[in-house]
Amino acid sequence: MKLLALDTSTEACSTALLCEGEVIFHHQHAPRKHADLILPMLDELLAEAEIKLSQLDAIAFGRGPGSFTGVRIATSVTQGIAFSADKPVVPVSTLASVAQQVIDEQNESYVLTALDARMGEVYWAGWKKNPKGFAENVIPESVLPPEKIQKPEQDNWAGAGNAWKIYEEILSQKLADNLKNIYSDTTPHAASIVRLAEWYFNDGLAVPAEEALPVYLRNKVAEKKP
Amino acid sequence: MRVLGIESSCDETGIAIMDSEQGLVAHTVYSQIELHAEYGGVVPELASRDHIRKTLPLIRSTLDEAKMKADELDGVAYTAGPGLIGALLVGASLGRSLAWGWGVPAVAVHHMEGHLLAPMLEDNKPEFPFVALLVSGGHTLLVQVKGVGQYKVLGESLDDAVGEAFDKTAKLLGLPYPGGPELAKLAERGNPERFTFPRPMVNRPGLDFSFSGLKTFALNTVHSVDGSDQDKADIARAFEDAVVDTLFIKCRRALEQVRLDTLIVAGGVGANQRLRKKLSTLDANVFYPRPEYCTDNGAMIAYAGMLRLQAGEFVSKEIKVKPRWSLEEVAAT
Repeated sequence: MKLLALDTSTEACSTALLCEGEVIFHHQHAPRKHADLILPMLDELLAEAEIKLSQLDAIAFGRGPGSFTGVRIATSVTQGIAFSADKPVVPVSTLASVAQQVIDEQNESYVLTALDARMGEVYWAGWKKNPKGFAENVIPESVLPPEKIQKPEQDNWAGAGNAWKIYEEILSQKLADNLKNIYSDTTPHAASIVRLAEWYFNDGLAVPAEEALPVYLRNKVAEKKP
Repeated sequence: MRVLGIESSCDETGIAIMDSEQGLVAHTVYSQIELHAEYGGVVPELASRDHIRKTLPLIRSTLDEAKMKADELDGVAYTAGPGLIGALLVGASLGRSLAWGWGVPAVAVHHMEGHLLAPMLEDNKPEFPFVALLVSGGHTLLVQVKGVGQYKVLGESLDDAVGEAFDKTAKLLGLPYPGGPELAKLAERGNPERFTFPRPMVNRPGLDFSFSGLKTFALNTVHSVDGSDQDKADIARAFEDAVVDTLFIKCRRALEQVRLDTLIVAGGVGANQRLRKKLSTLDANVFYPRPEYCTDNGAMIAYAGMLRLQAGEFVSKEIKVKPRWSLEEVAAT
């Protein structure tokens, strides 16, 4: 299996390649430079692995939530590459990407992901490590003010994502009893996206390039005129 | 050479395939007008969201219409500016990545260059040099065109674009967005003698425009009458006459100033019939693209891009857009 992944949903820009079980990746902190960097970074990655687009099984990308513009850059670039090489696309949640890293690297089993959504809100979801080791969604993705987050039933959650730092007080006040650890530095990353993409791809969740679309979660972006 | 053109600078998604031998092979435009109508104007975030849904399906259907396979394309041209940054980024990211994947060159096209070369898509086309009047919802420009990429801006609007002034005045008259064409329709029933609106900046030297004062004048006039249908028609007529006269006077002045006798008119407002009639009285050869090439479209981008690709121009792998981009900064070919 060969999968290529990219993510530009935050201030970082990352690319990853899964090649017969091995993952290689590149990552740069580059606010507002995503559009400049993404194709050269993909070039570099493919050259390093000596792989051509035509050898890939699919292209994966961080489909959001995140910066609207960033998510659209990843989506458009993915659509373009996938269409040009006639490959399917595997959309992956950026929140799942954060959860997967905490599962893989910190040996956590239950993860509450919270990414800053600006305007006093967070992108929120809950994940459970499944028997195959993948982050499976247990609390649906939503965008909401941290004050409105519902207390989950069980304990032993790990908190992950930058909103855990930004809204530290509110979130720990609300959820302290249910929390084990907090990983507020974890951000979406193409390396965990490509891992999740392998699972989704094997489950038949790849889509044609045209159907690779952003998931913004925040859908009310303008007021209608009366 | 076969070139795919992508336009996504505002609220229209335009896709076209241009062949250097056969000319335009296929083109499609999807307009977001209905999407934005409920908001009374273009909402940039919604425009970006719609472009990303529509662009690739339109590329596929345009290729199908042309009965072409992607590997028959020799290059990709996309609008890199000026325009809405988010909307531009969709077309640019998709276009640049398609070219990267296909292993063909890509070229970044200036939206207004597309417009001013659009008359070249017709059989009866102008020859360089000429003066171009570019009039749309986002732009009002008079440009001296010596050749491809050789542009000198002679005058531009200091405030509202002429199409914007049409739309805003139409709104004052209670017409639905975008009201420009509706206003023109209403003006047909108007009495040209009842109101006289000012002709902004015609008594000053120079070729710049200002249309925001006309809108205010229209507002004051609306308040001074009862608001009957005839009142509205008369105001629409007075407004349209003022705009048309102003554009006419500046075009005549521009042609005299640079001593040229060819004028091309492009952009959505170029479809206005009263403007066309008035400009026909100029002592000059006046060219218009057909209406479908007047409004935003992919054909003009594919054409301008093809000329640039043929001249050996191409962009790097960095995806660049320029929401603000002067025509004078465009490179000569």
